[in-house]
Amino acid sequence: MSASYVLLGLLARGPMHGYELKHAYDQRLPRAKPLAFGQVYSTLGRLERDGLVTQAGQDQAGGPERTTFAITGEGRAALEAWLSDVEAPAPYVTSALLSKVVVALLVADPARATEYLSAQQQAHTTRMRELTRLKSDQDLTVGDHIAVDYALTHLDADLRWLQSALHRVADLHREVRS
Amino acid sequence: MSPILTARDVTKTFGVQPALRGVDLDLHEGEIVAVRGRSGCGKSTLLHCLSGIIRPDGGQVHFRGERLDDTGEAHRSELRRTRFGVLLQHGHLVAELTAAENVALPLLLGGGSRRAALAAAATWLGRLGVAEAAEQIPGRLSGGQSQRVALARAMVTQPEVLFADEPTGALDSLAGELVMQLLTRVAREQGTAVVVVTHDATIAAYAERELVLRDGAVDPTGLGVAVGTGA
Repeated sequence: MSASYVLLGLLARGPMHGYELKHAYDQRLPRAKPLAFGQVYSTLGRLERDGLVTQAGQDQAGGPERTTFAITGEGRAALEAWLSDVEAPAPYVTSALLSKVVVALLVADPARATEYLSAQQQAHTTRMRELTRLKSDQDLTVGDHIAVDYALTHLDADLRWLQSALHRVADLHREVRS
Repeated sequence: MSPILTARDVTKTFGVQPALRGVDLDLHEGEIVAVRGRSGCGKSTLLHCLSGIIRPDGGQVHFRGERLDDTGEAHRSELRRTRFGVLLQHGHLVAELTAAENVALPLLLGGGSRRAALAAAATWLGRLGVAEAAEQIPGRLSGGQSQRVALARAMVTQPEVLFADEPTGALDSLAGELVMQLLTRVAREQGTAVVVVTHDATIAAYAERELVLRDGAVDPTGLGVAVGTGA
């Protein structure tokens, strides 16, 4: 759903055709789930149908003819409304990681739980190393940095939460034994 | 390739409290290793044993084949000045000296000329992006600048091993990121091996591998805590 608003946000800076929009999207959100060309055109079709963008001419700079799109007044209003709408913090946690860790701690025997949790921690750590190496790359754009930070911070939060969970269970065991 | 620094079955007890219980570590040339674990797990004690700041009660530490754990303080101190670099959480810069003089200090203590030492200091401050701080005393520097000056001081002797204990612990995340990026970059450029002690996974992620300690021993699960279950 937010892809429509990202395209509106890109068009707010000036008219573009679909091909340019796809590249601008990839550049601004380099680590987001990729947006296929087909999706760009279908999204533009919907935005046009809803009066949020309009065709603003044809562009044929040395290639095939392409339709240029511009944001409408209604489109700007919709974009403004979306930006003003605070994202509700999720009321429930829905994560496969949470479910697996809880099940491992509640159901599995300690050796099996350790095996899974250790492998999970290792997978997170490996991904964090890869992202950290990317961050040290001199050519990273600000968009890249922001996206990598987002991923790293979330992985770090997972690990911190995992540590707290393990310590809570370990404390509980100590209490039960004493 | 054989490791340049090894620890074998290293133990250390403070009073009746065991801090290290038989730790093994191999550090290879130019390698960056993180030592991680919750507070009190023995990670700083391990760093102190590896760098010769303290002597372990048992086990052995070798640096390039030379045994460190049974040599006297004078020799260990000489090694720390010439072949090791140390970076702590708070830079511990000398308050009365300028940043440039702080960085030049290890070279001056080694008998180098003042002119050459200050020239090397200027080069390092430039490499770490704090050239403008050269004539400032530490009290006038930001936390991030202080740590970069302390890093310059640790690297000015071109050490073979850099020991860093929570090097970004007192910094905000962006200043910490800059210090870690510079630290790993200059270590790689110089071929310096690094042991970085941290409780922070985002800092450990700068290393190529990590050693997790639990209650003074290496935890092969990497979790740093015994897993109990509610079953």
